[in-house]
Amino acid sequence: MSCCGTSAGYHEIDEVSRLVAARLSAFLKTLRDAGFAAGLQEGRDAAALMAAGYAENPALLRVALKHLFSARKSDWDKFDGLFDAFWLGKRVRSRSLTSGSARAANNPSLKNLQDKGSEPAAGHSATDQVPSADDEAGEDRAGEGRKEGASRAENLAEIDFRKMADPEQIEQAHEAAARLAKTMRTRLTRRDLARRRGYRLDLRRTIHGNISHGGVPISLVRRQRKEKPLRLVVLLDASGSMSMYTGVFLRFIHGVLDEFREAEAFLFHTRLAYVSDAMKEKDAARALDRLSIMAQGAGGGTRIGESLQTFNRWHAARVLHSRSCVMIVSDGYETGDARLLGREMAALAKRCRRIVWLNPMMAWEGYAPEAAGIKAALPHIDLYAPANTLKSLTELEPYLAKL
Amino acid sequence: MKTRDEIAHALAASGYIADNELATAISLMQLLRRPLLLEGEAGVGKTEVAKALAKVHGTALIRLQCYEGLDQSAALYEWNYQRQLLSIQAHRGEDADAVEDQIFSEKYLLERPLLAAIRQSQPPVLLIDEIDRADDEFEAFLLELLSDFQVSIPELGTISAITVPHVVLTSNGTRELSDALRRRCLYHYVDYPDVDREARIIMARIDGAGASLALQIARMVEGIRKEELRKVPGVAETLDWAAALVGIGVKDLRESPEAVHETLMCLVKTHEDKSRLTREVADRLLGKVA
Repeated sequence: MSCCGTSAGYHEIDEVSRLVAARLSAFLKTLRDAGFAAGLQEGRDAAALMAAGYAENPALLRVALKHLFSARKSDWDKFDGLFDAFWLGKRVRSRSLTSGSARAANNPSLKNLQDKGSEPAAGHSATDQVPSADDEAGEDRAGEGRKEGASRAENLAEIDFRKMADPEQIEQAHEAAARLAKTMRTRLTRRDLARRRGYRLDLRRTIHGNISHGGVPISLVRRQRKEKPLRLVVLLDASGSMSMYTGVFLRFIHGVLDEFREAEAFLFHTRLAYVSDAMKEKDAARALDRLSIMAQGAGGGTRIGESLQTFNRWHAARVLHSRSCVMIVSDGYETGDARLLGREMAALAKRCRRIVWLNPMMAWEGYAPEAAGIKAALPHIDLYAPANTLKSLTELEPYLAKL
Repeated sequence: MKTRDEIAHALAASGYIADNELATAISLMQLLRRPLLLEGEAGVGKTEVAKALAKVHGTALIRLQCYEGLDQSAALYEWNYQRQLLSIQAHRGEDADAVEDQIFSEKYLLERPLLAAIRQSQPPVLLIDEIDRADDEFEAFLLELLSDFQVSIPELGTISAITVPHVVLTSNGTRELSDALRRRCLYHYVDYPDVDREARIIMARIDGAGASLALQIARMVEGIRKEELRKVPGVAETLDWAAALVGIGVKDLRESPEAVHETLMCLVKTHEDKSRLTREVADRLLGKVA
């Protein structure tokens, strides 16, 4: 880097600068792979910095490039390692693994989360299906027209997700969940529009429009504040006891994130993971794939209290505002301290407008909220509803519209 | 253009003790002509950076405090309606077009911070505080301003910048900022200062705070930050506390634990935290400050 000797001829300097430029562009690529938004302009600025003498002092160059390329805290924390690895040949900490699906296969409960469509050939092998179900599905598909599909969807609405056996049906439920998220969004927006009414005068337009009346404001121009859309924050329990439901809810969340202007999603089991970015992938299958790495430990116990504590401490300030609705999807089987859960729910309730707790088990026959976790949480919940069928998900919509 | 060390010195002279990284960031601001985005917990001194920067450059500080619902008329410009109305009355009966031309001239224009910032003869420091509180639309508008440094006013035409201000943006992270804005800016994460730097900050800011007391206070605060508190005390709180201690004549923290307990309210601001920071905890922390 500090190799530009003064005695070198023009030709050599050319050669050197070309080398440096190539090295720099390779570094840009490394950064991009690590999730940095390093564009052309940043590259040009980086080159300018190196030319301005920063290249002679690696430590200084690192700090300078760190400011230039980082865009958020996570970049900021990650940059030094990447820089050292690339320019100084040090080893990156193994933690910097950010994406990939290598672990998905080893994770039993996640096999079910994978979207079938992503791998048509291997689709069946990924689910724990008995062969006969496959055959059945095949026959269904053969004899089915588009119209029948619609009526089938209605039937599907009433079936408990857990009882959906064949992959075809599950796939349909997933699609329905995604579609549901979409329609919810459109309807919520329309309702917003109908409610709007200007309540402030727009002085600028009023005066402009009334110059010909000698400035007497005869025709008034009103102004309306734009209604802020509801922000939905979903916390999904991905623990073992929920594994029958996580698949369909992930698809629902994917739809929500795609369609709601403001939505955030978190996944928790024994710890909390922020998954909005991974879920914003357009392709549902790829989104779920990216998620798999975040759901490490899925299938173990659930520490709802601790996860909520993490949420309250690190994320709540950013993702919650006064028009937020927090939707927790969990069965409430807390393996940690139930009192902690109660405390954190109270803190959470102070920060957002509504808390909706969806419990798929609620519709099971003979279910009563006996688990210590759910008992502690209940006093702070605004709506406690079952969500084990598509129908019950749909029924939530009017409630969300009222926020 | 100043070098990094010169900047660090100039900042220190103005009462802001910067770490090397921040000094580098500021020198880059000049070199690359990019805005600086400061992120960090509340109370780590983000706003102070801009104030110190204005002192270093010897220019004015123009501050735009963002809030939800902030719009162009509060941030950029507004017409002086009262004067416009009066003027219309005064010119009653004249040609409407002529009147219109007149009342939409610069004379009737009220500058708001953003417009003021690009119309100074000396490049000022423009502090856009808590940009995360403004909404997306404003952010997009700001982005346009930051890249072109010109403003178009429909009634008047385009106003180009006379000077390009030094722009500092701060964010508390209550909302995720757009990638476009982040990319446009240099990024610096302001962390809580380490004990040494915090002690120097106390000495620079509080008259009468000796080196040993400042160091004790900084250590104590560091200890408190490690406790599980809901609201972690920032540098501003530290300074308040130091001022309080100096004000009641404390010279050594260990010799006056009573005073420490009584003044802890400068640091701890919620009931929950107060109940968590019991006497025992405070005494334990006090034992470590030596």
